[in-house]
Amino acid sequence: MKQSITLNRVTKFMGLGFLITLKSLFTGELDKEGFKNFLRKIVVPIASIFLFIGLWHMGAKSLYNIEAEYKIEKALTEQGQEAAEVMRACIASGDVSCQPNTLPSPAQVWESYKTLLRDHQVIKADKVAFAEKTAALNAKRVAEGKDPITYTGRPSFVDQIFTSLKTVFAGFLLALVIAVPIGVIIGLSKTLRSSVNWLIQIFKPVSPVVWLLLVFMIVKTMTKDSNSDSAFIISFISVGLCSMWATLVNTAMGVASVDKDYINVAKVLKLGPVQKVFKVILPSSLPLIFTGLRITLSVAWMVLIAIELLAQSPGLGSFVWEEFQNGAIDSNSKIIVAMFVIGGIGFLLDRIMLTIQNTVSFNKTSGI
Amino acid sequence: MIDTTHNELVTENGIAFSENVMLDLKHLKKVYPTPKGDYTVLEDLNLQIMKEEFVTIIGHSGCGKTTMLSMIAGLNEISGGNISVLGHHIKGPGPDRGVIFQAPSLMPWMTALQNVMLGVNQVFPHVAKSQRTDIAKYYLQKVGLEEAFHKKASDLSQGMQQRVGIARAFAIKPKVLLLDEPFGMLDSLTRGELQDILIEIWNKEKITAVMITHDVDEAIFLADRVVMMTSGPKAKIGDILDIDFERPRTRKSVLEHDDYYTYRKHLIDFLEH
Ligand SMILES: Nc1ncnc2c1ncn2[C@@H]1O[C@H](COP(=O)(O)OP(=O)(O)OP(=O)(O)O)[C@@H](O)[C@H]1O
Ligand SMILES: [Mg+2]
Repeated sequence: MKQSITLNRVTKFMGLGFLITLKSLFTGELDKEGFKNFLRKIVVPIASIFLFIGLWHMGAKSLYNIEAEYKIEKALTEQGQEAAEVMRACIASGDVSCQPNTLPSPAQVWESYKTLLRDHQVIKADKVAFAEKTAALNAKRVAEGKDPITYTGRPSFVDQIFTSLKTVFAGFLLALVIAVPIGVIIGLSKTLRSSVNWLIQIFKPVSPVVWLLLVFMIVKTMTKDSNSDSAFIISFISVGLCSMWATLVNTAMGVASVDKDYINVAKVLKLGPVQKVFKVILPSSLPLIFTGLRITLSVAWMVLIAIELLAQSPGLGSFVWEEFQNGAIDSNSKIIVAMFVIGGIGFLLDRIMLTIQNTVSFNKTSGI
Repeated sequence: MIDTTHNELVTENGIAFSENVMLDLKHLKKVYPTPKGDYTVLEDLNLQIMKEEFVTIIGHSGCGKTTMLSMIAGLNEISGGNISVLGHHIKGPGPDRGVIFQAPSLMPWMTALQNVMLGVNQVFPHVAKSQRTDIAKYYLQKVGLEEAFHKKASDLSQGMQQRVGIARAFAIKPKVLLLDEPFGMLDSLTRGELQDILIEIWNKEKITAVMITHDVDEAIFLADRVVMMTSGPKAKIGDILDIDFERPRTRKSVLEHDDYYTYRKHLIDFLEH
């Protein structure tokens, strides 16, 4: 019993309260209030998912028809009656060469999802085989002081996800390391705050693209004679710089707006500056700092895709871009798969941040 | 009725003071700059408070009571005149003058014990850690919180938080305890309980206490002297009433005392003019 209470608290804590309702459905503990909750938290969301898929399906179908009609029309005007009939038959047969290129249907997207997973399995097996094959050779090369041979095949979709996550965490950490200390310092001094305010106000709205170009100019020169992975460096620094502003502003605001009573207590006790910052100011601004960090992480994830796309650095962004350029029959549905994966991971990251935020701060924020 | 009994003058650092005076406010002045020009809240305010004395302060809302108290605490700039503690002019805030604020102002992310320890650690840095913890626990237990040492301050009720506030203030062993309507936010039952706790600890520690209150009965029950402030602007001390009840007092004995209604009438008459 006690265990289940803590379990309930943990799930609520993570903003996943609906799981509790689901659990009570199976254990038969559902009363009238619980039933209402069951409707509100489970039935309605599931219904809305079906509605969404239904609308999407119909929308995709009508777009498909428009595109098909257009193709036939075009064949008719350019090549005559016969070509139009051939085109119509070709489209109806589902032949790859003449499929209308438009918004894919849910079923197609699901197929592509499975294809991508299968593809991942193939590449994984390939990598393992490669490692086995080169193991002996690499050991010899290392012994001779040469670089080992590494796998240079195409990364799978899942590999791309992990690359993106790595980049976003590096960027997020950079933002944290820069923005929190600076925010605290700015927050402590009114003079400093008003003197750097213009800088923050100017840099905050700068678009990710511009940050990328700026970072590119600097990093390109600095990594000239090292063989480090400059695409990765450029993209994580750009992500960090784009996303750190929310944390900076929130930290400064949190530090500046510490309850006057707490400051008075610190004054009466004559706390030294270090004690004052660590015992009073930082803890009391933690909720705002974490609000900032949560925004930072979601902004980082959002701009990451655009930055990868532009910087040509591996990850989900370049996956999307390559698929778009590739123009294969299932490219569009792969892009939609990527869209859902990006959204899902963004949601997950936000939940994780919310959980951390709730563990460290004294007033609890419930999930939205 | 102004008290002039303790005035054998001793000179130290060129400042004349009586040995029994704990707090001395001389020609105290406070001016707040406002958009419509300077606003003089207090002018030429003189008050002496003796060692081990409990003084309550009453006056109309906005007359400058909080202003005066926060100046004594060192949290508010002095515009003119001076304040001395045991003959030394004060410079800023310090733990010799403990404060209990109207809002409990505990650090909500700390436990009750940690809140008290924050002050104890600061004031007795050379005492062994276990002893410091004992001091903090002793006072928490005095205010009836032996069960709540490790509860988060944010999980305590308003009344319990103010108990922690009292423990925190006494635990740093101040010379003067300053209280600004500490029970103003509490319901009357809790208020009574906390008055009893406050006076019990004060009886034992015998430190000087200055407390602002809006409640005439509270002012009489707790005080050796009730100080009445005139209405602002340029407020000063209007009158001082000696309360000659025996200590320790009980609420019942005070209410049944013949002088009680005379005192009460005196205060009410002052406030109504
Ligand atoms: N920082 C400030 N700047 C300008 N005016 C102020 C400031 N603080 C207080 N005042 C004014 O000074 C006067 C005295 O304020 P104070 O808070 O000391 O009154 P009080 O006697 O404690 O009132 P209350 O009984 O309502 O607590 C009020 O008129 C108030 O508006
Ligand atoms: Mg006041």
